[in-house]
Amino acid sequence: MKELKTFPKGGVHPRDHKELTNSIPIRNAPVPSVAVIAMGQHLGSPAKCLVEKGDTVTEGMLIGESSGFISANVHSSIPGKVSKIDRVFLPNGLNSEAIFVELEGEFERSGKEVTRTEWREKTPQELLEMVKEKGIVGMGGATFPTHVKYTVKKGMRVEYFVVNGVECEPYLTADHRLMLEKTDEILEGIEIIRKILNPEKIMIGIEINKPDAIEIMERRIGERGLDFHVIPLKMKYPQGDEKQLLKALTGREVPSGGLPLDIGAVVSNVGTVFSIYEAVVHGKPLIERIVTVTGGAINHPANLKVRIGTRIGDLIDECGGFKETPLKIIAGGPMMGFAQVNLDSPVTKGVSGIIALPREEVKIPRKTPCIQCGKCIRVCPMGLSPTRLYKWIDHQHYEEAVKEGLMDCKECGCCGYVCPAGIPLVQGMRVGKYYARKKKV
Amino acid sequence: MSMEKTEQLLVTTSPHLHDRMTTSRIMWTVTLCLLPAGIWGIYVFGIYSLAVLASSIGASLATEFVITKLQGQDTLYDGSAFLTGLLIGYNMPPSIPLYIPVIGSIFAIAVVKHTFGGLGSNWMNPALAGRVFVMFSWTGPMTTWLVPRTRGIADAVTGASPLGFLKTGLMTFSGKVSGPLDFMARKGYPFTSSDLKVTEWLNEHVLSLWGGHMQNGYVDLFLGNIPGSIGEVSALLLLLGAVYLFAKKIITWEIPVSYLGSFGFLVWMLGGLRYGAGLFHGDVLFHLLSGGLILGAFYMATDMVTSPLTGKGQIIYGIGIGFFTYLIRFFGAFPEGVSLSIILMNIVVPMINRYAQPVLFGRVREARK
Repeated sequence: MKELKTFPKGGVHPRDHKELTNSIPIRNAPVPSVAVIAMGQHLGSPAKCLVEKGDTVTEGMLIGESSGFISANVHSSIPGKVSKIDRVFLPNGLNSEAIFVELEGEFERSGKEVTRTEWREKTPQELLEMVKEKGIVGMGGATFPTHVKYTVKKGMRVEYFVVNGVECEPYLTADHRLMLEKTDEILEGIEIIRKILNPEKIMIGIEINKPDAIEIMERRIGERGLDFHVIPLKMKYPQGDEKQLLKALTGREVPSGGLPLDIGAVVSNVGTVFSIYEAVVHGKPLIERIVTVTGGAINHPANLKVRIGTRIGDLIDECGGFKETPLKIIAGGPMMGFAQVNLDSPVTKGVSGIIALPREEVKIPRKTPCIQCGKCIRVCPMGLSPTRLYKWIDHQHYEEAVKEGLMDCKECGCCGYVCPAGIPLVQGMRVGKYYARKKKV
Repeated sequence: MSMEKTEQLLVTTSPHLHDRMTTSRIMWTVTLCLLPAGIWGIYVFGIYSLAVLASSIGASLATEFVITKLQGQDTLYDGSAFLTGLLIGYNMPPSIPLYIPVIGSIFAIAVVKHTFGGLGSNWMNPALAGRVFVMFSWTGPMTTWLVPRTRGIADAVTGASPLGFLKTGLMTFSGKVSGPLDFMARKGYPFTSSDLKVTEWLNEHVLSLWGGHMQNGYVDLFLGNIPGSIGEVSALLLLLGAVYLFAKKIITWEIPVSYLGSFGFLVWMLGGLRYGAGLFHGDVLFHLLSGGLILGAFYMATDMVTSPLTGKGQIIYGIGIGFFTYLIRFFGAFPEGVSLSIILMNIVVPMINRYAQPVLFGRVREARK
């Protein structure tokens, strides 16, 4: 077997715990009686609310309109009545305006026969418009509006389109299951994107802890006669980050402060590709996503197809509740996800997992002095020196920290993971970036 | 179980997973890896060596306890003070009066470690600084060595360490021998019978296959049948411990390899000159196995606090230590050079850290096609 690709610098190997859910097929989560649909659930400016209290909405109806260049449409995930419009806390800790839809009336899509759009007859511009219209955002967690990502500036050409099937975060298996169960849909989604972007080469990066996904992807590509390349990758966190993935696949580095397009590449998560397929072929807006509900405190871990706006607590109930008192509940992956204060936040477009950890699966680091071991430097995939940056920030020398690359930090958590002194390095970087932006250094 | 029992939820920032390796686990693992070599030392030099180790460790812990108590902290169990004490004890001759390791430990912890802010802030290796401090203060007792009991001598007898023997012997030497062991053999330095037997067996059954021949003495050096400091004599057991440290990623290859490599290269190139053997005929193996080089290269130069942060910096640092060790061993007044070389390079670590920083990702703009 030839040597597997990976990115060269840094990275860590946490235990992946994927065995909890990687063989469990995706099933539908129950429809929520109240869906809490946030206007600010994507990166960029929040959508503009189009409904008022008392309005009746239908399944998939546009209820929040994209409000700027970087923004996205938001649709109702259930039919019903708007019972209130209020501010709520989202799983990522941010506060956003949200529309509360109380379930009522009939489903227009669910259970009905699906129509098929002949997308091959459409122009790339029309397809891009459909992606925008249906509120598609990056499903890997960053929730960057996809139509913005796919808008290629004049004079720039897309050499590579990369499908991100890495799923390097421990515990999560949503993308894995999707690749196994919706292989053909994903491949057709890639064909749609190919029409929009017209790239020279299409690669699908998958880590080798998902051999079945690699196998089925390769087989179906062969059977359909497509020229997509499945590239198996060595396991290493954070390979699912687009900068690391591109480095692994193309050997090119996205310039500091730049975008993948600067090196002629566009990256999309398999979840995003699947949503694009549904949006374009079936005209379905982004109102559902796959969420892995897992962790040692969950009775029956599962991969659920969840309507956006479902309360996190309802998903845990669906998985048989807790078998032990959880100490920590995380939305997203354990390396970059957010600890929850309670179970009331609604699922947003970016929530790929709900992880409930019992006492014995949580290590609470006790902060001790830095012993200059340099482990954080060795594991930083961006070539930063977290220990030095942390000291600059601690002493409020933000300019120095920025000079040494603070703004390149994407908070992947490798430094915080290895630090033997339990120093909250990632939190330090966040504080530093916040003040650096505030002071405009 | 009840769904809504969430008032006890722990809310922290990401990452929510952490490696199991903590500072105290690192310290105790290094201590564990050092133990076999110390047990060997106690075995060959007698039970008094245990008293030496106990007093250096005891003094180190007591000093740490008093100072951290005054500061309202409690770092006694993080293992760092224990390890410092242990290393000071390992660097003591087996017959040393007990007040010397005690003073060495107090100096190491109180002056070298805590005046600069305690664990993580000391810029010089406390154990080595403590050792060098007592070395210059009590040079006589610090260079009086016991002959190991494995040499078949019943009572404690003092004898010269191989390096000390060479240092004095070479002062008046002129002539031509093949190297240090040949010189020692001619001057009547004793080797143990086990050394003679093993060397003979190796020469007959293994090395003869390649037409090689090994001199007497290496086996004694490798196993630790030589006079020396309590913890430094057994290269074998120290290397075994080092293998575990590598496996646990507590030490990385950069410092030991660059240190042993640069030192070995200089010895190989220039080390033979003094014996009349000519350029590129130095006895590298002899020098690697003698003195505190193995202990220094794997356990002390690799001290995280006082070594550079990056691999690049660590290579520069290792090469520097190798260079100074060569200078001191071959031209200095002392037969040994490991402690002083490491301390000398400790001084330039902040400068190395400034210049040997990692390359930032994406800072070299790739050529657009």
